[in-house]
Amino acid sequence: MLVRRAPDLKWRDVTPEPLYLRRREFLTAVPFALGAARAVLSGDEALAQGSGEKLEAAKSQYSTTETPTPFKDVTTYNNFYEFGTDKGDPARNANTLRPRPWTVTIDGAVTKGGKFAIDDLLKPYKLEERIYRHRCVEGWSIVVPWIGFPLGDLVKAVEPTEKAKFIEFTTLMDQRQMPGERSPVLDWPYSEGLRLDEAKNPLTILCVGLYGQVLPNQNGAPFRLVVPWKYGFKSIKSIVRIRFVEHQPATAWNKSAPNEYGFYSNVNPNVDHPRWSQAKERRLGEFTKRPTLMFNGYGDQVASMYTGMDLKKYY
Amino acid sequence: MQRGGLFPRTSTGCMNKLVKPLVFVACLGPLAYLAWGALHDQLGANPIEEITHETGVWTLRFLTLTLLITPLRRWTGWNVLIKYRRMLGLFAFFYGCLHFTTYIWLDQFFDWPGMVKDVAKRPFITVGFTAFALMIPLALTSTTASIRWLGGRRWNLLHRLVYVSAILGVIHYLWLVKADTSRPIRYGVIVAVLLLARLIHTVRQRPSASMSRVAAPSPVSQAARTP
Repeated sequence: MLVRRAPDLKWRDVTPEPLYLRRREFLTAVPFALGAARAVLSGDEALAQGSGEKLEAAKSQYSTTETPTPFKDVTTYNNFYEFGTDKGDPARNANTLRPRPWTVTIDGAVTKGGKFAIDDLLKPYKLEERIYRHRCVEGWSIVVPWIGFPLGDLVKAVEPTEKAKFIEFTTLMDQRQMPGERSPVLDWPYSEGLRLDEAKNPLTILCVGLYGQVLPNQNGAPFRLVVPWKYGFKSIKSIVRIRFVEHQPATAWNKSAPNEYGFYSNVNPNVDHPRWSQAKERRLGEFTKRPTLMFNGYGDQVASMYTGMDLKKYY
Repeated sequence: MQRGGLFPRTSTGCMNKLVKPLVFVACLGPLAYLAWGALHDQLGANPIEEITHETGVWTLRFLTLTLLITPLRRWTGWNVLIKYRRMLGLFAFFYGCLHFTTYIWLDQFFDWPGMVKDVAKRPFITVGFTAFALMIPLALTSTTASIRWLGGRRWNLLHRLVYVSAILGVIHYLWLVKADTSRPIRYGVIVAVLLLARLIHTVRQRPSASMSRVAAPSPVSQAARTP
């Protein structure tokens, strides 16, 4: 049959190259978008950010018997400046984060470092539920049933060398996944650090979930640190790098305001933030403030690490 | 075209009778939102923080709106605007009172020693408290009788304290945020522009004022005499 007309595709119909190159991203983004749309339609904001897949975890002797803060509050009220500086922003905006595939670099003073796909890295560890008090430097607190495993187990497995005295943690740097990183509020990427003995303390966990399910994006998916005796900002989220170092690493908030946020940042009612008191805290859901406890009530397990240290100086 | 032509003289009274109550009700909107939210548990995970923040921000908003009236009136010639200045100023004081009450009651729960320490030790609270305290004499002398009693000139001088109050309000906001200073800076810029507008006006008025006192009375004192 005779073809009378040229094909009706014109140059203007050609997919621009940048879009063509990003077509796979679009494919991966669609399920997230649908998930978000479904959550919005169902009016459940907290569901929007993550798969909500169930996680099995053993009970732990380190859990508090205090009543956990409701899931809705834990997942809609937190600081995660990578998604905005309002405490409602992470829940609203963290749908852009893609927690899989996720590569974690473990390097520095270790024998068994390398680049790991997150699922390979986490496979050997048995998950536990740790119900911890969590105290924000701003003066509010929550109780969260985290799910994770001791960071010390991972530290042991990667065999730090003699030189390893501190660990530096780094959050993902990707302005498309974390739009808040476009704004210069902090020196991105977010970074945090622990002394090696703090990292190996049995209370310190790498966290992959909360409330019996996979960690929602807004709470630091795919995995984060939880250090319950320190102010919340020490518990860095969405980690991509764990580096063993000899010297005390720089940390994001310390760089931002060195006189306000120290490297240690242990919860301490006797050392005030320069601009506000730390003597009390508001537990979400409670009407009056409660007194803040030394080391957030974990003194029995952690105080011995700081004997002889002037905690006013090392705030 | 006659200045102020958008509000023809004949309907001004009628407009005011209609518009003023509407503005009054609108100014109660933020309070209505907080009351409704508190009753229906819609103020988020930390309602007390939300109430503290909202009453504080609305105090600042009403202060800037109050400061906007005079430059806007000069610029547009809508003299009718002056009839809203006292109301907006009093609403700034009203939300300031709510903000202060929230701090005493919901935030500190009448921990007086703690609060005394706070006001003395925390610069952002000291500054915020001062900003609020400065509004008290302004609210007390907001009546027409007070203007007559003090005389326009003295009344005007006293009421310039609102400039200090607005500046301290912005500093209070700036000093309380952790890292994201964008919002306090936005208010700072607005207040700066509004104060600058006054400064420019004063400088421009000066030559004529030196020629004759009667010919160019300060528009502020003129406004003060407006019932």
